[in-house]
Amino acid sequence: MKKACLMLALLPLLSVSLQAQKYFTRDGHVSFFSDTPMEKIEAHNHKASSVLDVATSRIEFAVLIQAFQFEKALMQEHFNENYMESDKYPKATFKGQIVDPSAVNFSRSGSYNVQVKGQLTIHGVTKEVTAPAVIKVQGGQVSATSTFNVAVADYNISVPALVRDNIARNVRIDVAISYQPMNN
Amino acid sequence: MKTLYAKLWLAAAICLAAMSATAQDDDLLSLLGEEETTTYTTASFKTNRVINFHSLESTAAGVFDMKISHRFGMLNQGAYDLFGLDNATIRIGGDYGITNWLTVGVGRSSFQKTYDGFIKVKLLRQSSGQRNMPITLALLSTGAIQTMRWADPDRDNFFSSRLYYAHQMIVGRKFSDKLTLQISPTVVHRNLVKTTAEANDVWGIGAAGRLRLNRRIAINGEYMYVLPNQLASEYYNSLSIGFDIETGGHVFQLHFTNSTSMIEKGFIAETTGNWLDGDIHFGFNVSRVFTVKKHR
Repeated sequence: MKKACLMLALLPLLSVSLQAQKYFTRDGHVSFFSDTPMEKIEAHNHKASSVLDVATSRIEFAVLIQAFQFEKALMQEHFNENYMESDKYPKATFKGQIVDPSAVNFSRSGSYNVQVKGQLTIHGVTKEVTAPAVIKVQGGQVSATSTFNVAVADYNISVPALVRDNIARNVRIDVAISYQPMNN
Repeated sequence: MKTLYAKLWLAAAICLAAMSATAQDDDLLSLLGEEETTTYTTASFKTNRVINFHSLESTAAGVFDMKISHRFGMLNQGAYDLFGLDNATIRIGGDYGITNWLTVGVGRSSFQKTYDGFIKVKLLRQSSGQRNMPITLALLSTGAIQTMRWADPDRDNFFSSRLYYAHQMIVGRKFSDKLTLQISPTVVHRNLVKTTAEANDVWGIGAAGRLRLNRRIAINGEYMYVLPNQLASEYYNSLSIGFDIETGGHVFQLHFTNSTSMIEKGFIAETTGNWLDGDIHFGFNVSRVFTVKKHR
């Protein structure tokens, strides 16, 4: 009977550890760089949301387009109004999966290289992308970084001839997330 | 005892099953809940002027906006003056955004050799979402110093006679991606007027709007209705129609207007042109922005 009581007491602990298998953030960092001989453009967004589910290896992101901050105010206005049409398409999202989940041990500190594959939606256009990512586990803290390239033309974003030399055809995207365990 | 264990394991198994069931949620991000944010309306006008009027837009913080504006002569001057192109008045000025809600600017017009300055404060910003605000509201105060030689140097002339002021409230809304409208009640104060029949304080109400045709081009219009019995009959209400053309860091504004002056005290109270007589100036404003202070 004592053992039974012990088991009962342990049950909530068990469920807590299960819940910790999901991680989230609301202030992830997503930035992009467009590098041409004419002009270097970069913008930073510190309000990216993401959820990582260890049990299913699924990972999702949502980024508010208007939250990208540029050095130049006019650039930011053009980005929203002319290129991304953030009124119509307020968010960019990614829904995907860690391709090789066995490569990560979330209960052991370390740095794990993985591939993430899924659907990237920008400007209302969805494309399948695969990107390399690094997942770091340190003392129970989980963080992730990734760098990949996106072709502007793939997402139906038209660049007028006048500024074609100022905006790179391929834009580099950097993602850096510090996850928190999710407690429902 | 054994059955109790069995029951406990069953309970644990059910717990596990329940957990894994929630893990199968279709949309992981929905677990975060909807975080409501405030979206501020931007780009209601392409620049902080409609044509002569101030628009509801401010200059962004840390940005210097250089303004070079021309008004050619009147179209009815005929072919000899190439329909007014032989004559031009010019205003050179600059606006600076101290913060996103506070803009200051200065300028100098060749017309009546006038220096002007303004301060514009944005009190309300149109937004939706968590904070819902249907309009943008700004207050504008301008001052001008006319520096022409005294018409009659022999009489007592006071420096204060050269001063003019205008105060304006700008209320506007971007109704859609295409359409923005604003109204602007205004008062112009002149320290000195020509005759006693003219009012020192001139009240008017302006209306302006823009219709965006495509990503780079918009049509703008503005009209200032001056309340009756304040000005001599030679003065007309200011009416202007034009295009905004945007190319990267520049905005080119090409327009037709019956006002020669490009500042409030002038185009509101001193417009002598009549559209119906062909007293129409072709003109342009060029706006070029420079990011002086970069922000993160």
